[in-house]
Amino acid sequence: MSDALLLFLPLVVPAAAAVLGLVLRTCKGPQAIVGVLGSAGLLVVGLMLVARTDAVGVIATQSGLWPAPFGISLVADRLAAAMVAVAGLVALAGSIYAWRDLADDKLGPQFVPLMQFLMLGVQGSFLTGDLFNLYVWFEVMLVASFVLLTLGNQRQQLEGALKYVVLNILASSLFLIGAGLIYAKLGTLNMADVAVRLAHPEQTDLVRTSGVLLIAAFGLKAGLFPLFFWLPSSYHTPRPVVSAIFAGLLTKVGVYALMRTSTLTFAAKAPVLLELIYVIALLTMVCGVLGAAAHFDMRRILSFHIVSQIGYIILGLAMMTPIAIAGSIFYTLHHIVLKTNLFFLSGVVNHIRGTNDLARLGGLAKAFPGIATLFFISAFSLAGIPPLSGFWAKMAIVLAGMDLRAWGAVGIALGTGVLTLFSMTKIWAEVFWKSAPEDANTTDNRSGLWPMLIPCVAFVGITIGLGIWGGHVFAFAERAAEQLLNPREYIEAVLGPDAITGEVPGAGRVRP
Amino acid sequence: MRTKSLMFAQMPRVMLPFILALAAVTFYRGHHVPGGGFIGGLVGALAFILVALGQGAEVARRVMRVEPITLLWIGVGIALCALLMGFVGGSGGFEGLWLDEFKVPLIGKVHLGTPMLFDLGVFLTVMGFATKVGFGLQEDNL
Repeated sequence: MSDALLLFLPLVVPAAAAVLGLVLRTCKGPQAIVGVLGSAGLLVVGLMLVARTDAVGVIATQSGLWPAPFGISLVADRLAAAMVAVAGLVALAGSIYAWRDLADDKLGPQFVPLMQFLMLGVQGSFLTGDLFNLYVWFEVMLVASFVLLTLGNQRQQLEGALKYVVLNILASSLFLIGAGLIYAKLGTLNMADVAVRLAHPEQTDLVRTSGVLLIAAFGLKAGLFPLFFWLPSSYHTPRPVVSAIFAGLLTKVGVYALMRTSTLTFAAKAPVLLELIYVIALLTMVCGVLGAAAHFDMRRILSFHIVSQIGYIILGLAMMTPIAIAGSIFYTLHHIVLKTNLFFLSGVVNHIRGTNDLARLGGLAKAFPGIATLFFISAFSLAGIPPLSGFWAKMAIVLAGMDLRAWGAVGIALGTGVLTLFSMTKIWAEVFWKSAPEDANTTDNRSGLWPMLIPCVAFVGITIGLGIWGGHVFAFAERAAEQLLNPREYIEAVLGPDAITGEVPGAGRVRP
Repeated sequence: MRTKSLMFAQMPRVMLPFILALAAVTFYRGHHVPGGGFIGGLVGALAFILVALGQGAEVARRVMRVEPITLLWIGVGIALCALLMGFVGGSGGFEGLWLDEFKVPLIGKVHLGTPMLFDLGVFLTVMGFATKVGFGLQEDNL
């Protein structure tokens, strides 16, 4: 298969599935099958992309065959390919998990096409090589996500969605202004071309300004301090499958965009911005985990944990050493799988008992030992207990911090880990271990659990597998980090082998 | 909701073919001069939204005959075909493949190709979306 086709397929598959889903919007069963098959196709394409990029390096194609930087480039390096594959995995799990909700008419005929359009936006964001095009893909993703958030038509869903919409539109405007400044300054929006032009020593004005705007925009979407508050207040209201996909995937798109733009554009030219990201990362970790400690609703606690975990990922990015970036990438992949799974499990609990309020839950360990085990493993992986995947992810970040002698960061990272464990234990004790309160609803709804549990079991298997055989994945993450830190390969793939005349500064930080 | 003005209730039906023709012209000239699928689709949607404003969304739906959502998926499907034709007949996604020019009486030279096909997809998608929203706001039931 040609590289061009391989790069377009992650866009073609969800778009085609979305169209089919719209055609079949009156036939529930076939539509759900289209959703599952489309997502499975996406996963297969993603894995092929990973194999291809890992074998031959960065691949690129120009849409309409207009040469870069005039046309829109689609580019995949190892990081982008891995994200495409993981997104496909999450989509597949979500489509299976949604089976029951679709059968009960709780999601409506819009869910399958919207979810595929969401995937189209997500995959486009991972693969595009153009800053304005990235903005367009973000919009595709957002328009789909606005509607997905309100499926179910409940009052509190509208409230959550309103916050989400307003904040995300604000982020989009900031992004657009940042991109506009870059275009005004450099006359190009192709990210590889931006990197080449920034290598000229005189091109320093406005880099910081547009860099800050991009950090603010992506930070808002990723849920970084101080702009994270929309996330916990909107992620606990939608249907469980929607909040699981959002929690796992959408914040990571912001993280990915931050990784891509910082390594290609401003990291080398304005290292002060890395210091900014560094401080933000530490504050994000602390605020997120403290917020989680204060709350008493399962999905709200988990939402605050997204915030604090994003802090770890961004901390690795801010450190900009090969091992730190590799740690960030590993952390991202691990966290997408794990967080989706924890939200899936909170949905299962909600399905059984009809609530996610810790005070009104209890006794599930006795009634459902299997589900309790699944949650136990996932929660401990999130907290970073060996030998689960979370341990290796945290260890890489902490090791990178020790390398840089950033003792403060190491201390905060470890402290956050302990606090994460504390609030995970809180969920564990309240939901599973304590006996159910007397006034609680203990008539368990056991029907239709299996389609919901299949993805949970698979994801727990992956987190255990990532823990035990994580070496291969980590080695892959290291190769991906190398590509990020030395943008030459990326630039040559997009602009051709003669594009670089002078020196392109690598983004990596020199060890003290 | 219906307006009480007789003029406004009746005129959109009369104007409909003219506005649609304008939409078609806007769409067709768009390849080299201002116009194109997006703006043409908006103009086309306006033809039916005016009917909805004058006589209610139900009448407008009947006049349009096709469901807005159907237009939408046909549009996305056509755009997708335009992408894939680049692989079937060329070597890359969205590659512009053109037929030879031919002459049609009244219109003049006609030059058809995949970019135009893509634009047609945009036209239908935008028209489907705009009418869906326009009718929905009339019915207050999105």
